[in-house]
Amino acid sequence: MIGYTLQRIATMCVLIVVISILVFLAIHALPADVAHLIMGESATEVQLEAMREAMGLNDPLVTQYLRWAGAAIQGDFGRSLVMDQPILPLVASSFGRSMVLAGLAIVVVALLGVVLGVIAGKKQGSALDNGISLVGYIGISVPEFFWGIVLTLVLVNSWSLLPAVGGYDPRNGFFASIPHLILPVITLTLTLLAHVMRQTRTSMIEQLSSNYVRAARARGFTERRVLYRHALPNGLLPTITVLAHDFGWLLGGVVVIETIFAYPGLGRLMIFAIERHDIPLVQAIVVLLTTVYMMVNLVADLLYTLFNPQIRYGNAG
Amino acid sequence: MLAERILPRPRLPAGILFGATVLVGMIVLAFVGPWVSPYAYDQMDIVARLKPPSADHWAGTDEYGRDVLTRTLLGTRTSLFIGFGATLVSLVLGVTFGLIAGYRRGLTGEVIMRLMDVMMAFPPLILVLMIVALTEPTPTKSALVVGLLFVPGIARVTRSITLDLSLKEFVLAARARGESQRYILMRELLPNALPVIIVEGSLNITFAMLLAAVLSFLGFGVQPPASDWGLMISQARRFIIPAPWIAITPGLFMCLTVVAISILGDSLRKHLDPRSRSFVG
Repeated sequence: MIGYTLQRIATMCVLIVVISILVFLAIHALPADVAHLIMGESATEVQLEAMREAMGLNDPLVTQYLRWAGAAIQGDFGRSLVMDQPILPLVASSFGRSMVLAGLAIVVVALLGVVLGVIAGKKQGSALDNGISLVGYIGISVPEFFWGIVLTLVLVNSWSLLPAVGGYDPRNGFFASIPHLILPVITLTLTLLAHVMRQTRTSMIEQLSSNYVRAARARGFTERRVLYRHALPNGLLPTITVLAHDFGWLLGGVVVIETIFAYPGLGRLMIFAIERHDIPLVQAIVVLLTTVYMMVNLVADLLYTLFNPQIRYGNAG
Repeated sequence: MLAERILPRPRLPAGILFGATVLVGMIVLAFVGPWVSPYAYDQMDIVARLKPPSADHWAGTDEYGRDVLTRTLLGTRTSLFIGFGATLVSLVLGVTFGLIAGYRRGLTGEVIMRLMDVMMAFPPLILVLMIVALTEPTPTKSALVVGLLFVPGIARVTRSITLDLSLKEFVLAARARGESQRYILMRELLPNALPVIIVEGSLNITFAMLLAAVLSFLGFGVQPPASDWGLMISQARRFIIPAPWIAITPGLFMCLTVVAISILGDSLRKHLDPRSRSFVG
């Protein structure tokens, strides 16, 4: 288990380096000229050239990459071109706010998804099961921004229950921010619920028809005990993977939600950076998000291994 | 090929029937609709701004007095194009990589699969945004980039099927006959692997359509005055109170299409799954 973990971590480090090179190359292959962006339209060619020289933009790409990567390892991602401030604090505070949103959403999705999935799996084929499946289908059949708009229409404008825009602000304290989090969290839940629900339902059905459950029933355990003590712990395994996957999806998915609800997270910062061609900022955000995404997937795999004795003892294919 | 395996069966499951009917209906509407409609998609009418659905405008008009239904139907074309286009791109590339990696283990296979790992390490939306947003957006590019996202998944499925198949007698026989590698890949492995892969791939269609809508919504997809579901919904946000029909019409179309394709894909998969009891042949 320790060997496996170390090997996975090593692979991840290599991947991060490869990805940072790819992102660096991709962004530098683009026609945008950083000197031009900084100096504005009125700059003369001589001024531009001087700026490029001063910023090291004329150096070979390898030199430029090593300089950028060397600084990035020490936490220095350079300065944002548009906002003219260091990138790291900017990205860190946005990232924190995004994590609050994504974390809350994944907790709600996990609880609700598992409960509904178990109910549907227990009463397979019933009207309740079909109803839950249908709601799931509808939830994933339109993108999150559509739900965001519909919810805004109903809750904010018609009933004026909640604030439409704004975000979690540590200065106001967590509880004052809750109203700002409700709409985005409901929207994200609607989008992700179906995956978790369907996965839980499928594995519950599988477990409930297995031999060990039949054996438990034959021994006269109550149906409740069979369900919660025998079938559920085994049935939840695949759900963990799905949840981790969804959390990874959330890292990108919050881009849309944050745009709709004007929530000041990393996704909105990324759109801001892309629209204004703030190249160092885009670069930092992509590398950071990708690193976190890989870590989440790694943790998911390790958890899965930890909880699954078959894999843990190495006797499953 | 897929049809041959399905059609001779006496009764089609309701899911396949429903999904296929809605999908065909959508395709017909998308191509015939804008052509039959008395309005052009970009035809403005200042007098008839923000009008609710009526006999003249079945789904009302938008803030420029353009016919919402005509624009939605035109948007259906874009969405179907990106959905199927992206899936096709992913199938062509993914199956090629998967076949080669599965048949030629060793260095070539290893290099291909590590490349797939790198692609999978990116959060999906972020990769697409980075490529699409920093260059000029066009529907063809959206389809290509979204398609690239699915390549690793398809390649993995194809590889595992190929690994299985390449130990079967008919492949060994072909090798013993001294057939070229190209022949074995194209004539022996591909036809046997394809049905399963196509069904797997069809599940990506809806994801591609939703992603395309997200791109348009964020302003990195189809550009105005052209029409697209995501773009329409994005622009309709400001008028959601006085004229909710502008956002709801494309939303309903998207919902119906995606549900139909999901149900169709799921039913096909169940139908073709050798483990399921109803499978014959």
